[in-house]
Amino acid sequence: MGAQLRIYRRRMRSVKATKKITKAMELISASRIVKAQQRVAASSPYATELTRAVTAVASFSNTNHPLTTPHSNPKRAAVLIITADRGMAGAYSNAAIKEGDQLSALLRERGLNVEAYLVGRKAVNFYRFRNRAIANSWTGFSDNPTYAHAKEISDSLIGAFLADSDAQSHGVDELHIVYTEFMSMMTQTPAAKRMLPLEVVETQAPSGLLPMYEFEPNPVDVLNALLPRYVEARVFNAMLQSAASEHAARRRAMKSATDNADELIKSLTRLANAARQAEITQEISEIVGGADALASASAGSE
Amino acid sequence: MASNLTVEVVSPEKRVWSGEATMVSARTLEGDLGILPDHAPLLGVLVDGTVSIKSATGEKVDFEIHGGFISVSKNRVSILGESTN
Repeated sequence: MGAQLRIYRRRMRSVKATKKITKAMELISASRIVKAQQRVAASSPYATELTRAVTAVASFSNTNHPLTTPHSNPKRAAVLIITADRGMAGAYSNAAIKEGDQLSALLRERGLNVEAYLVGRKAVNFYRFRNRAIANSWTGFSDNPTYAHAKEISDSLIGAFLADSDAQSHGVDELHIVYTEFMSMMTQTPAAKRMLPLEVVETQAPSGLLPMYEFEPNPVDVLNALLPRYVEARVFNAMLQSAASEHAARRRAMKSATDNADELIKSLTRLANAARQAEITQEISEIVGGADALASASAGSE
Repeated sequence: MASNLTVEVVSPEKRVWSGEATMVSARTLEGDLGILPDHAPLLGVLVDGTVSIKSATGEKVDFEIHGGFISVSKNRVSILGESTN
């Protein structure tokens, strides 16, 4: 076998091995999207009920709760950015980080200092490499978040929010979240939302007037207990959507990698065939040439 | 009097139980609370403990609720718990 042909065959082997890996990753992600989507759907009754309750308290009581009233002179804002732990998902993590950068720039224009709270190894590495300050970070569960993780993150955020921003260096006046919304299998878009002070976002607007509620024990206590839950549910929902988006982005990236490998194998096969054919042609012409030379040599000696 | 309550018990991860019931009893910060059909709209903070539901079929279902709320409006009762079992 000629040298050229051997090199083509070696490259084909390596591309085929890579294709097997990307194909497997594509299939794994495809099966996990479905599961992640089901988890988003399963968490929505809780989120819907909580939103109704928060809307009810916020609109039926004139309580001046710190969680609902904007700070008169905000100094610092916390931005929670949700990204992936692992790569191989195309632009998924970078898109979220970029969205976070845009939001931070906007907040800085308003004269706020931005504290970064990061979820996912990709964001942490991105910030570390650029020597940016990280207020807090969590890694290791981006593709399969549980409520306990969301609670841990929310506790830290609410703690920073409740701390006085004048007296304590880690206190913040606003809370923003950047995550990747799962629109469909094909579309996932990074989104930046303000969590606190509260903007009650109605996913499904309750029809008609809300009933006049009685509060037990009283509106302030209900709000005190309800709002941390609300933040947790928002963070949890964002994490679940991001997880579904991560799997979808990975599936798409791996699908195009597999397609490219196919393409590459095809062109390498063509090249290898041509090289083999050229080798055979050369051998034949060498034999014919050799035989000719022998024949003319023996003819000359006679 | 409306016949039944529509009850939902939900945790952050999933809907735990839903169905028709004749009575729900729970304990809020103010004390024990029994809810029958046509109860006034209410939003209450639950203390950790048991919520029992008497379902329309007559059986009694109990849930252990931690960090929960109860909301009642128009014969719909939602019980939200951070952990339920």
